[in-house]
Amino acid sequence: MKMDFISALIFFSVIALTLFITWWAAKQTTTASDFYTAGGSLTGWQNGMAIAGDYLSAASFLGIAGAISLNGFDGFYYSIGWLTAYLVVLFLIAEPLRNLGKFTMADMIGARFGAKKVRGAAALNTITIVMFYMLAQLVGAGALIKLLFGIPYAGSVLLVGTMMLIYVLFGGMTATSWVQIVKAMLLMAGTIIISFLVLMKFNFNFIGMFDAMRNATPHGEAFLHSGVVYKDTIGLISVLMALVLGTAGLPHILMRFFTVKDAKTARSSVIYSVWIIGLFYILTIFLGFGAAKFVGADAIIAENAAGNMAAPMLAGVLGGNALESFVAAVAFATILAVVAGLVLSGASAIAHDLYGQIFKNGKVTEKEQVNAARWASIAIGVFSIILALGAEKLNVAFLVSLAFCIAASANVPTILLTIYWKRFNTTGAVVSMLSGLIVALVLVAMSPSVWNPVEGAALFTGEPIFPYPLPTIFSVPAGFIGAWLGTVLSAKRHEELETSYAEVRFKAETGYRELDN
Amino acid sequence: MSNQSKTTLDYERLVQTEDFKGLVRRKKNFATPYVVAFFAATFLLPLLTGYTTILETRAIGYMTWTWVYAFSMFFMVWIFTSIYMTKAKHFDVEVDKIIEKNVLK
Repeated sequence: MKMDFISALIFFSVIALTLFITWWAAKQTTTASDFYTAGGSLTGWQNGMAIAGDYLSAASFLGIAGAISLNGFDGFYYSIGWLTAYLVVLFLIAEPLRNLGKFTMADMIGARFGAKKVRGAAALNTITIVMFYMLAQLVGAGALIKLLFGIPYAGSVLLVGTMMLIYVLFGGMTATSWVQIVKAMLLMAGTIIISFLVLMKFNFNFIGMFDAMRNATPHGEAFLHSGVVYKDTIGLISVLMALVLGTAGLPHILMRFFTVKDAKTARSSVIYSVWIIGLFYILTIFLGFGAAKFVGADAIIAENAAGNMAAPMLAGVLGGNALESFVAAVAFATILAVVAGLVLSGASAIAHDLYGQIFKNGKVTEKEQVNAARWASIAIGVFSIILALGAEKLNVAFLVSLAFCIAASANVPTILLTIYWKRFNTTGAVVSMLSGLIVALVLVAMSPSVWNPVEGAALFTGEPIFPYPLPTIFSVPAGFIGAWLGTVLSAKRHEELETSYAEVRFKAETGYRELDN
Repeated sequence: MSNQSKTTLDYERLVQTEDFKGLVRRKKNFATPYVVAFFAATFLLPLLTGYTTILETRAIGYMTWTWVYAFSMFFMVWIFTSIYMTKAKHFDVEVDKIIEKNVLK
């Protein structure tokens, strides 16, 4: 695609809009609470849109459209899993989390287990998840901008990295939230326009579209059936488990629940986000089918083997250069909004959990906190940019699903048991978080995602020891077993700074807070 | 209120009150069937597509039952969230009463 006047105008308008938001937000960001949580000032619909903007990453927009266009129904498993995940968030986690926590996920666990080792383990998990997730987004962004505008990969990564740091450093959570809200609107607008055009091409006949698809791809009718990619059921269940449970353990999504004033608003923001995200994932069918039919598998693969360029290419075929530029700008804004949220949650783990609570025992001034958060943002940002520069060849979808797998295994057991298990204790929490993390990482390191007998197909050449691409089906139970073993084996030990379960339960259910905090 | 802001409440007693125990029980009784249902619905799909072919037949035109199942998952999410919203409003009222009766007296 060549950069003409209209493309440049659309693209730079989007960037200008986000920079204006940052300038406006910077004026209102002074305290630590402003920086981390926009002062808890967002309304239900605003936070709902921001959750959608935070969640619908390049993996959703570019990844699922490409996966459906190349693999049919098997690509749609991502849409199903990532939406159903919100039932776990809503029914089990959102309200207790909002009631117990302050800025971060570690705050919520720390409300019951005050020991530094618990907070340290939670911060370690947050940073690990954020790094994998951010690496995926930056590598994806680099590839996207390189393809769209011909800027070299390194330049593209630097551009995205600089933009995300500008939003976070100057505008904190207020700018990040509004960039996410605007991005969610743009993404929905772009997706609805493309879907409408696809449906028009099929004469508005939804059922007829399925009929037309059975001869439209190299897979034939198998395109409409499960099993093009996922030939192994255990492997498929492992992927679904990562998607469904992982969301409830993603630090940047959990952090969004602290940007509203109370649990009621947290609840209503989940409802808004579920409608927006659900509508988006339904529409991925039109993106995927449309790309398969009107762009064609050969052309999609020729541009990017994983199919990541399917949606922008489809927009070009249906609406010409202007629509393609608009969709490219939307994809760019999508990535920026997500990485800004990731930087912020990574920085909060470093500045608030590690520096503020562990290193300084919570005795930091507002100014020190905000400064620490800004330095931590720079550290996280620069470190991830450096990693991304050397990771061009890594598979984006794999990195994202790995982040979900670690979140599900390392965070979710501890979050659930902190709220719902009376006997759970400090040792149990630490063992659970570390065993989930370590089992997930070790099994992935032995899996076909890392090892492939064909040279160049994966990171290392050789036979994988572990058979499944994602180990969630083993690593989630490892997190729960770790919690149980750690708790039972240390039951007699007295741990300091443990809040009684009665207090935690009462606060989690009612949202009651003592006036001194 | 300011002079008693450091007072720590007797949470052990609070969680033993009939009001609170009733709230927790009603919340649990409400949520459990939905949680079981959505986990079952989610993991039944790969089991059915992986080990059986019953979803592989055509439902409407060339759209198979696999798609119908997948679409109904979306409606399940929207319906369950709406039910949760309605029910949660009742629990809010109960919570307000518990706080008023036991904490702010």
